[in-house]
Amino acid sequence: MPEIQSYTLNFGPQHPAAHGVLRLVLEMEGEVIQRADPHIGLLHRATEKLAESKPFNQSIGYMDRLDYVSMMANEHGYVLAIEKLLGVEVPIRAQYIRVMFDEITRILNHLMWLGAHGLDIGAMTMFLYCFREREDLMDCYEAVSGTRMHATYYRPGGVYRDLPETMPKYQESKFRSKKEIDRLNASREGSLLDFIEAFTDKFPACVDEYETLLTDNRIWKQRTVNIAVVSPERALQLGFSGPMLRGSGIEWDLRKKQPYEVYDRVDFDIPVGVNGDCYDRYLVRVEELRQSNRIIRQCIEWLRENPGPVIADDHKIVPPDRVEMKDDMESLIHHFKLFTEGYSVPAGEAYAAVEHPKGEFGVYIVSDGANKPYRVKVRAPGFAHLSAMSEMVEGHMLADVVAVIGTQDIVFGEVDR
Amino acid sequence: MMDFFLASWESLPPNVQYLTTVMFKIVIVTIGVILTVAFSTYFERKVIGGMQSRVGPNRVGPLGLGQPFADVIKLLIKEIVVPSASNRFLFIIAPILTLVPALAAWAVIPLNDSFVIADINAGLLYVLALTSVGVYGVILAGWATNSKYAFLGAMRSAAQIVAYEIAMGFALVGVLMASGSLNIGEIVRAQEGGVANWFIVWLFPLFLVYWISGVAETNRAPFDVAEGESEIVAGFHVEYSGVAFALFFLAEYANMVLISALTAIFFLGGWASPFEGWTFLAGTPLEFLMAGSFFWLAAKICLFMYTFFWMRATFPRYRYDQIMRLGWKVFIPVTIVWIAVEAVFAWLKIGPWSGLGG
Repeated sequence: MPEIQSYTLNFGPQHPAAHGVLRLVLEMEGEVIQRADPHIGLLHRATEKLAESKPFNQSIGYMDRLDYVSMMANEHGYVLAIEKLLGVEVPIRAQYIRVMFDEITRILNHLMWLGAHGLDIGAMTMFLYCFREREDLMDCYEAVSGTRMHATYYRPGGVYRDLPETMPKYQESKFRSKKEIDRLNASREGSLLDFIEAFTDKFPACVDEYETLLTDNRIWKQRTVNIAVVSPERALQLGFSGPMLRGSGIEWDLRKKQPYEVYDRVDFDIPVGVNGDCYDRYLVRVEELRQSNRIIRQCIEWLRENPGPVIADDHKIVPPDRVEMKDDMESLIHHFKLFTEGYSVPAGEAYAAVEHPKGEFGVYIVSDGANKPYRVKVRAPGFAHLSAMSEMVEGHMLADVVAVIGTQDIVFGEVDR
Repeated sequence: MMDFFLASWESLPPNVQYLTTVMFKIVIVTIGVILTVAFSTYFERKVIGGMQSRVGPNRVGPLGLGQPFADVIKLLIKEIVVPSASNRFLFIIAPILTLVPALAAWAVIPLNDSFVIADINAGLLYVLALTSVGVYGVILAGWATNSKYAFLGAMRSAAQIVAYEIAMGFALVGVLMASGSLNIGEIVRAQEGGVANWFIVWLFPLFLVYWISGVAETNRAPFDVAEGESEIVAGFHVEYSGVAFALFFLAEYANMVLISALTAIFFLGGWASPFEGWTFLAGTPLEFLMAGSFFWLAAKICLFMYTFFWMRATFPRYRYDQIMRLGWKVFIPVTIVWIAVEAVFAWLKIGPWSGLGG
């Protein structure tokens, strides 16, 4: 009798559950995984190198494209690092807007994760339910920045512009009846804040709906409970952050531990898991959806009552507005300088981290005093999580690999950068 | 003209007459099944679309009703790619081996009181045999493709069908005990006399086991590990394209319709009307509701098809070992226990067993 040997299975890079371009070389014995070897780099776009050749502001758009499901959170890490080097003061209203959009982004990311995780495990309806709500948040992105995804809304010194007073509306066409248009436009009559508030009103019920489908579902529990258990000690050693770390029971959240912007002024709780398995990480993220909703509501309340500037009043860094530029020589010069060579940042280095929906997203910038960074390094949470893949799936079955990819919430834009 | 046809028909030898009628029936049933399959894909997409807050197909023809035909035409004109490392003969024959049993099983299914292609006494055994044969196509497809994904799918499918075949068989033993016949028409007749006599009442656990096993047999969600879109891509038919894929698709849906029909026949009284015995309806315009007819069977099939789609939209997918656990450790014991309970009923002569002799 020949000895039965394990075989290798090439999982991806073109695979419906590979979340983009993950290539996993699985060493398997029957259906049981012995070793998983993630191969990365298929989506490498040299973002960090590219940033070295451009004025600081021109790289903000590249940050959107790192983790392309939580766009503004990436921008946030980058602009925070620049602001740290510049020592510029961000107006309080801009800080509230940033916090609000960070949380909108967190909901966007977690909805995408929930839908994809559900789809991976076979609950295909989740995907469409989540995208239904994502659509509204995409509209918020569009209202403030003009694009649905890659917003480039955060700028060093504040945000690009104040929240709009009107929302874009759906228009009648031969595919949409008047009645349907009225229903779609019902919450779009007022300002963007009204629209977001209407969303926060209905969103907890939507989360309840997701939970009805999954949380107590026997099959869902069989597929996630006790899958890929990571102990708290091991989670720390592996460099986990965000929901991956909190799922293992460690209460670590940069928004509480190292508050940036106005996170110390808003009220929210940090959910933590108990067992450190896929199910706990699922529960943590679902609770984060609710907590983000809570933060957004507080921000709306504050933003309603406190108008003011949304970007620093320093035209060495921030371009003057266009009206000024048309009849003021000095403004024209500022505008010209900022849009050709940009601004110079004092020599030095800075690391700024934000609590990104996936974990700690940090940007480390070294400046030599020029108008371009000398070096940019992005600390992507997904990279650390992916490196634990083999450890998490060992001894589990092929179907669990899919559940683990889902629970790690990997996006290759940021892993490969 | 008519007389001429009648006369020439009369002049044919009886066995030729018989052959012609049977061939005619076969053509009707086969076309009927294929059309049902075509529209059940449309039905599925509409139902799931509704559940997922989207519209489903609505572009080809009125209400999108032309969609199944558009799909067929698309698949027909696509190239069939045969992987170079595959076993060409088995690769081509596998889809046919899957489809033929799914269609052949319809030979013994009575569509109403009189219409059945072959009224054989071992109908139930024939159905059991043919539904099991279908798995060979799946295994051969997985093997012939010579791909690890396809092979994993085939292995999963084989293990799953073996496990659930047993549960299904045991559930049918219960039906057999209640009806006292292997002839499918007789099984339906044993359930005559209103809803209370349907076997679903007395054999409810067996009904559940049979229905869920049926879902597992057809590799439908939440038991679709053999295809497992997000795990092994498409499982055994990962390398199939064009008409070869269409045959697998057709076989899967034909099996779904078949399982729905069988569940309706074994447990829900087949063509019998649920209003049978509602004597107060007699003489009213609703009297026609009391009569058993093909439409009641069709309605019951639709109900089960709907449940198929409903489950697909609701549940996550089981893992392969969990399916095995459910089949071996839950369903088989349940059926065995209920068969014992039935034996006690039969011994005490209550329920449908009251008329049994001996």
